[in-house]
Amino acid sequence: MLPRRIPWLTFAAPRNFHALVQALAPWLVRGAVVLAIAGLYTGFFVAPPDYQQGNSYRILFIHVPTAWMGMFLYLLMAMYAVIHLVWRIKMADVMARCLAPTGALMTFVALWTGALWGAPTWGTFWVWDARLTSTLVLLFLYLGYMALRSAVDDREKGGRAASLLALVGVVNVPIIYFSVEWWHTLHQGMSVTLTSAPSMAPSMFTALLLMTGACWLYCAAVTLRRAQVDVLEREADTQWVRDVVQRREVNGVSRPGAAVADESAAVREEGRS
Amino acid sequence: MRRQDVLTVVAFFVIVTTLFPLAVGPEPETLRALAPGGVWVAAALASLISLDRLFADDWRDGTLEQLALTRQSLPVVAVGKIAAHWLSLGLPLVLLSPLLGYSLGLRGFELVVLVWSLALGTPVLSLLGATGAALTLGVRAGGALMALLVLPLYVPVLIIGSGAVSEAMHQAGPYAHLSLLGAMLAIALPLAPLAVAGALRISLD
Amino acid sequence: MWDGVGDFIAMGGHGPYVWGSYGVFAALLIAEVLLLGRQRRRTRAMLVRRCRRQVAAQSHWGPES
Repeated sequence: MLPRRIPWLTFAAPRNFHALVQALAPWLVRGAVVLAIAGLYTGFFVAPPDYQQGNSYRILFIHVPTAWMGMFLYLLMAMYAVIHLVWRIKMADVMARCLAPTGALMTFVALWTGALWGAPTWGTFWVWDARLTSTLVLLFLYLGYMALRSAVDDREKGGRAASLLALVGVVNVPIIYFSVEWWHTLHQGMSVTLTSAPSMAPSMFTALLLMTGACWLYCAAVTLRRAQVDVLEREADTQWVRDVVQRREVNGVSRPGAAVADESAAVREEGRS
Repeated sequence: MRRQDVLTVVAFFVIVTTLFPLAVGPEPETLRALAPGGVWVAAALASLISLDRLFADDWRDGTLEQLALTRQSLPVVAVGKIAAHWLSLGLPLVLLSPLLGYSLGLRGFELVVLVWSLALGTPVLSLLGATGAALTLGVRAGGALMALLVLPLYVPVLIIGSGAVSEAMHQAGPYAHLSLLGAMLAIALPLAPLAVAGALRISLD
Repeated sequence: MWDGVGDFIAMGGHGPYVWGSYGVFAALLIAEVLLLGRQRRRTRAMLVRRCRRQVAAQSHWGPES
């Protein structure tokens, strides 16, 4: 049994995790929506046009957050992979699995927006810029992780193999980044580097922060929801899942609040015992 | 490992390198500019296809299971397998590379650097590729999947390796690149066998 | 700051790039959320079906029958 003294390990138990997500996810979504509205408003109606790039720089408000999230989610995924491999905690594997699609999506959007930003700024959709290249490699790392996982029929085995791959990948990420960076500086003549204005206007920075917050909350909400579905599927034959299903059957779909309140009470109870 | 395997991989290496002039055209200047990248890409692909079945035969006939059950530690077994593989399949590529480099227009010192970069770089490729091979043991469409897993990891080696030759072509010292390749080898040598052993254990479970 | 809706859409000539970025981002997020929602409904339906089957089986062979 897991030691109860470490508080966050409580949520390594599928039942508590389910209840936690049930209580947390709606708030994450609401937070993401509020921050996104505030960020888009600031980004489009408060922040002035850039003195060099005009209005195309407004892509920055999604480009930078998605690029950050792409990298951050990979690190997070690798962290869960290590936890899974070392302590054999199944929830860590579920989290790693559920982070991958969102991470790949964020990385893809970072590439896409980078290309569309590059077109008016550099005059071309794609340059073999160091950041673009290493982001592309990162996307391949995500795709490899997901492909390996889905190629192995045995879920347990596939999970461990994929965790090991994530670990190998995360060791390589800095090496890839530095080698690409170095390769790029050697071929400096080939491309234009993006020189941003020395200091960002405060409103731009505010918009960037708000959008980053929105992205973060969105990723958290989607990942946790996905993990929740995954947990329900894996634990379909256990009593607690039956309880959850029955409670919802009784309460009806029209009163989701009741179920949430119910389950957060269960979490508190769990914390006390 | 049979002699035929060695010949196949060497032939593959030569053919891929031959494709570059056929696709790009015979202009010596263009070919010279492409030479470092061409030889290195061919070497990386040859390493990839040769590693594909590194553990597959031993896994299928149960030898691997026997090895895992003996006292011999699995990382040591992995080092042995990778070393044997590199000596029989990696080394021929290294020895053959000056010929191919010459045919693409590299001369003198550049060829020496090419050989050195491959001698330092292909073991790293083998170590990384062995990890991929161990992870994809007994997996559907293992070959294509392995390419997807391993090629992104090859990127740094490819950049630094062909970079060394490019530096030599531009009358700059290739030593920084070569030392970086050496550093990568020094990192991969102790770490990759551990990863390989872990992956083998997972697929043996 | 903007001279009406047209100016806002045009983004100083960079409209296609800006809206191409935001549009694809939004479309992908919506697609992800919809896919996840579908998966969630499917899982829930599967669980409900299982639960009902179990209840039916229990009432059939259980001690109270």
